[in-house]
Amino acid sequence: MVRLDNVTVRLGGAEVVKGVSADLSGGVIGLIGPNGAGKSSLVRAIAGLVPAKGEILIDGAHVSSLPLGDRARRIAYLPQGQAVHWPLTVERLVALGRLPHLAPFARPADVDVRAIEEALARTELLALRERPIDQLSGGERARVLLARALAVDAPLLLADEPLAALDPAHQIEVMHLLREEAARGVTVIAVLHDLTLAARWCDRLLLIDGGRLVADGAPRAVLTGERIGAVYGVSAFIGEAGGEPLIVPLAHH
Amino acid sequence: MTKLRIPLNLALTLFALSCAALSLGLGPAHLGFGRVLAALVGQGDQVAATIVWQLRLPRALLALLIGAMLGGAGAALQGYLRNPLADPGVLGTSSTAALGGVLALYYGFAAVSQLTLPLFAIGGAIVGLVPLLLLAARSEGPLALILAGVAIATAAGAGISLALNFAPNPFAAVEIMTWLMGSLADRSFVHVWLALPCVAIGLGLILLQGRALDALTLGEEGATALGIDLKRTRLLLLIGTAIGVGGAVAVSGAIGFVGLVVPHLVRPFTDARPSSLLLPSMLGGAALLAAADAVVRIVPTLEEPRLGVITVLLGVPVFLHQLMRARRQW
Repeated sequence: MVRLDNVTVRLGGAEVVKGVSADLSGGVIGLIGPNGAGKSSLVRAIAGLVPAKGEILIDGAHVSSLPLGDRARRIAYLPQGQAVHWPLTVERLVALGRLPHLAPFARPADVDVRAIEEALARTELLALRERPIDQLSGGERARVLLARALAVDAPLLLADEPLAALDPAHQIEVMHLLREEAARGVTVIAVLHDLTLAARWCDRLLLIDGGRLVADGAPRAVLTGERIGAVYGVSAFIGEAGGEPLIVPLAHH
Repeated sequence: MTKLRIPLNLALTLFALSCAALSLGLGPAHLGFGRVLAALVGQGDQVAATIVWQLRLPRALLALLIGAMLGGAGAALQGYLRNPLADPGVLGTSSTAALGGVLALYYGFAAVSQLTLPLFAIGGAIVGLVPLLLLAARSEGPLALILAGVAIATAAGAGISLALNFAPNPFAAVEIMTWLMGSLADRSFVHVWLALPCVAIGLGLILLQGRALDALTLGEEGATALGIDLKRTRLLLLIGTAIGVGGAVAVSGAIGFVGLVVPHLVRPFTDARPSSLLLPSMLGGAALLAAADAVVRIVPTLEEPRLGVITVLLGVPVFLHQLMRARRQW
């Protein structure tokens, strides 16, 4: 699906991603690492939004050589933050996800309407569909933006901090949704900060530090106390609760 | 809100056409409605026919055209810049168009033919577009464009001040000032044919950007990820606005605030998507300018008040209202 070969991203003269190589295909893949590690830059490079050196192949095609419309149908990108500049209704906003599928001047077809309905239903937004986005809570907005990304119906979903601003129940709900997407064959790459959620819900974790990929593998293998200490500079309790991993950062080293 | 769309556009069209029709009956010479109607269909007396066809009809058509251009450009730029305070003047091209017109007046070219002044103004708009295009080819965000627009508008303003400063006599200065205040008085079909292609190109290019403007609701990266070619959008929008607004300023002088006010007036009746605002803003702009141009002929003053002055007087309260609302959100 996604093949990264020695990917380097420079932003404003600084290398923010340094020689990352990985094959990313299927399941929910978590990108973790401290603030400023280069996770978002890597995601944006995969989405083709920032220029990168090295190779980024999406189904064998260079992301930079894909026509814009084609790229938009293959990659759904959920940016960090909740910037929505006009108070569109929930339904109108989710419908933006279908733009890559519409021929010029064409009205949404049945398949588009279905995709919008499904995205609204899966994010439990049907009741809010007529509400302007500026009248929603932060958690509801985050769900609307996720629904917008789901409506694209792309085989690759890139989500940059989809859990920010969500309460624990909605965090779990979003992770459920991402797992559901993965079960439908979508490759989900999500930037996450909560290590317990990352360990519990992701099939695979990529730990990034200082722009480099420092660990890549199953959550339990990646999230060792030693590594968390080295990368985040904190000691952590690593245990289990009900058979699920539990990681609690404790104190600065 | 979608249900409102067709009635809204219909209502605005009817309003614009009635204002324009009403304005056909207004002028220093008192013509009854019957005579105007007869002249329009080619039946009336010679005097009425001359007044209606050579003075009032071009004026009414220009009000509709220019109003539509200013309203449409305002809506498109507010959508593109994601800033509710943007108007067609924000890119500076209307100022450079005004400077072109002023130069034609200053050097006396305007007296050569009635085409010279508008052509100079269109030339000014195109010259003003050059630095914007150079910048747009490089920069990603809208902020650089806004700042460049401010710089271009300020430079053009300085040029206009210089022309006033060096005006050979008070009459020349007054002529420049009067033209700058904007008016549709004494325009002919020559002006209509001059403005029409500019406005048609301008509005056409703007209407093509609807989807891109909608996608920009999610920001630049969000729009790019949805497959929108932002460079192309920016380029077409700049060219469309510069040509259309340049053509409008060329025949009417500077008419401010229509482009700022109209999108705000119609926005509550739309679903807030920038694309759904384009057509109503064009129709609303046409209606507002046709109405304002009727007002300048109705008010009982010795001299006809300038159209640009009336639209600003109308626009400032709305502008302040919007500022106060925006402040509350900050």
